[in-house]
Amino acid sequence: MGPKSRMTLVLVLLGFVLCLFLERSGLLSAYVLQISMYVGINIILTLSLNLVNGYMGEFSVGHAGFMAIGAYVSSIITVRVFHNQMGPLVFPLAVIVAGIVTAATSFVVAFPSFRTRGDYLAIVTLAFNMIVKSVLENIDALGGPRGFMGMGRLTNLANVYAWCLVTIFVVRNLVYSNFGRAVLSIREDEVASNLVSVNTRQMKIMVFLIAAFFAGIAGALFAHVMQFINPRSFAIQKSTDILVMVYLGGIGSIFGSVLGATVCTVLLELLRPLGVWRWVVGPIMLVVLMICRPTGIMGLKELIGLIPREERVLVKKEETDVVTASN
Amino acid sequence: MLSLLQIEGLTHFFGGLKAVSDFNLELSGGEVVGLIGPNGAGKTTVFNLITGVYKPSAGQIRFEGQELVGLQSCQIISTGIARTFQTIRLFRDLTVLDNVRLGHFSQARYGIRDALIRSGNFRDEEKRIKDKALELLEAFNLTRYAYVQAKALPYGEQRRLEIARALSSNPKLLLLDEPAAGMNPREIDELLERIAWLKDEFDLTIFLIEHQMRVVMGICERITVLDFGETIAVGAPREIQTHPRVLEAYLGKEVS
Repeated sequence: MGPKSRMTLVLVLLGFVLCLFLERSGLLSAYVLQISMYVGINIILTLSLNLVNGYMGEFSVGHAGFMAIGAYVSSIITVRVFHNQMGPLVFPLAVIVAGIVTAATSFVVAFPSFRTRGDYLAIVTLAFNMIVKSVLENIDALGGPRGFMGMGRLTNLANVYAWCLVTIFVVRNLVYSNFGRAVLSIREDEVASNLVSVNTRQMKIMVFLIAAFFAGIAGALFAHVMQFINPRSFAIQKSTDILVMVYLGGIGSIFGSVLGATVCTVLLELLRPLGVWRWVVGPIMLVVLMICRPTGIMGLKELIGLIPREERVLVKKEETDVVTASN
Repeated sequence: MLSLLQIEGLTHFFGGLKAVSDFNLELSGGEVVGLIGPNGAGKTTVFNLITGVYKPSAGQIRFEGQELVGLQSCQIISTGIARTFQTIRLFRDLTVLDNVRLGHFSQARYGIRDALIRSGNFRDEEKRIKDKALELLEAFNLTRYAYVQAKALPYGEQRRLEIARALSSNPKLLLLDEPAAGMNPREIDELLERIAWLKDEFDLTIFLIEHQMRVVMGICERITVLDFGETIAVGAPREIQTHPRVLEAYLGKEVS
């Protein structure tokens, strides 16, 4: 392990200590703590959707549907199966199972949508989101439209932080590999991608499953912060919020997703005094951004620290000048 | 000699339009063969049929004895065929290096688990791929552009990069779709030299589509001429040049 990796490890551990300290010390109010956890959950959602929409260039619009599955599955496990016993022990398992079940469900969406080329995914995911919501509304055993409650407050800052790190780690390692390059090539030119021997269909399904897995994780964490979920919290509105975060932060960028999720979540809270008018701010921001900077704040760029060392390129100014001058 | 590529009775319809009809071809290793014909003759369709972009209505395509019809494009490329496009199709927002590394896609011998945990195997393979890609860029005189987005390259360099990307999959057969399109005479001369060099250096068999007689006459050992999907002539460049049906296709029929 090199000195740099050791440094990263130390920073990660310090982050954990900080999380535990902030939570236990009572330095932060319950409200601020809750918002911090929302930020973390939104980072997971944004990053996973960015994998599909930003890196791969497909257009999935029903991310909240996957989140709902994760939320309900994990809640059923902690409340119905374990009756809120052994919470801290069962919870990590429940979160992972929620992720896996969500990924498995997403296969049902991915398989037919990626059979043919074109924009079917947007329509299919939109429909999927609506179906999930109405199915949940009609299952009385899960509370129907009244919602599902009884979950303990099992999510804490430390495990939101941990899952954020896992998401960032997986996305980064995936993106900076042969698979990541294949995913990017699908965005650039699918036909050419096929003709450099990328099995584009398989690749798309795989990426979609990974994205759904993390959406499920986020849903599970969300359910155990709120301690109450109802189908309405996973409507199209929620999916749109995640889309805004992705495109605001920047497509194809890990740091962009972190930024987008944080800015959106915090800003919406700060704007609370505006009442319903605060819902106007997000869309306006998005419109302005699409005009001024269509790829988002960090569009297609990455924070240097998040790029694996062997992939970093420090092009000197003069060199780039030479290239642009020769055009 | 064992044939590398064997096409028999290849036919393709677009709706009611016969784009390619009963196309036959046999390529043996180390040849440079040309496919010419006027606009809309079905040349690119033949390439698309070989590489699995379209599924032929009828016919067989065998590469080293293996039937290609019914395979997906990605599988066909992995058997050792690579191609370029008539209109350049690079991954425009990716760097030149990444474009070439993508050509190596099927050659990376590590799984997704290796990538996620950055295993030793992953590091070795990535290094090998990067070194090979840089080597290719060197051979194609593109090293100084390695970290530049492909779309920023001048036209001629983009064409070169496309060939470099195709070669990085280590093909036995290279399909070039109008490599000289949009080039001036000096650039064409350069290209001809490069193709001759490619063939020896990478031990390739080359099948190329061209529009301009000058190019094919210079390098092809054999030429097939298509017109409205029909094969109207096959032979050595000299024979083709004076073949009455070819002249008719290119210049029109004499009014009698």
